[in-house]
Amino acid sequence: MRFGIAVFPGTWSDRDCAHAVALAGGEPAYLWHQDSDLRGSDCVILPGGFAHGDYLRAGAIARFAPLMEAVLDFARDGGPVLGICNGFQILCEAGLLPGALLRNDSLQFRCQPTKLLVEGASTPFLAGAVPGSTLAIPISHGEGRYYADEETLRELNSSNRVAFRYCSSSGEVGPSHNPNGSLDDIAGIVNEAGNVLGMMPHPERACEPLLGSSDGLALFTALVKGAAGLPT
Amino acid sequence: MKPVVNDPQGLVVKGALHSLGYPEVVKTRVGKYLVLELDAEDEDVAGRRVEEMCRQLLCNGVIEDFSFTLAPGTS
Repeated sequence: MRFGIAVFPGTWSDRDCAHAVALAGGEPAYLWHQDSDLRGSDCVILPGGFAHGDYLRAGAIARFAPLMEAVLDFARDGGPVLGICNGFQILCEAGLLPGALLRNDSLQFRCQPTKLLVEGASTPFLAGAVPGSTLAIPISHGEGRYYADEETLRELNSSNRVAFRYCSSSGEVGPSHNPNGSLDDIAGIVNEAGNVLGMMPHPERACEPLLGSSDGLALFTALVKGAAGLPT
Repeated sequence: MKPVVNDPQGLVVKGALHSLGYPEVVKTRVGKYLVLELDAEDEDVAGRRVEEMCRQLLCNGVIEDFSFTLAPGTS
């Protein structure tokens, strides 16, 4: 299974994503932002970083890249798309996911381990995940405070489109476990069809025990196994 | 930033103004200010184009509002 990994000027998580994909048994392929060819990708990853320096707003310039037109078509046809950190910001700017990511309420860049509560969102990336379980996946961002208007939040919550919420090690949700002030402790959401997942934490940085957690690997292996028709 | 969006930067700036002896400040919002220079036929055309630019790129309607003023250029 081929994972296309988008590379914008300022992307820095592309190699970590390629490493995670290879560990999961997938084949990574880099996709340059000025190309509009997805090179036969079965899944597209928009990795973390600071595409175009985050100038104007994070993701605001990147969303108009020629590659993004192809990604939009791919997503609308049901292709799986994973936006991590800056990739999540780009997906929101592009309108593939609702809401926006604002500056952390602490006004600080936060690079730290976090625990995520798995909600019941239906997406191929969480095919093997048990709702109510927790994952140890770190964050690394200055602008990760999820915001959406009340109606959108209601819709996300009522239609099971929240993928993850920040939580304590025992799975409790609350302000003291929320690292950035995200509304409703939201760390990741999916689109209506479930094929597009955006998340601020970095699963590619939690793929080996040596890194402190291998919980993130499950997101990549779920797709590889799903494509091969194997149980997740 | 829309009034309903929490603005932690604005709160910090308000706190700093209070500590500098400006207790009359009751609200501070931090935003962006952009200066564009256009080569346009007239003010109507320029206004329409700038509005379009704001909606397409310069402003994110989910979190931000925008307004602009036009003035004749020097060149």
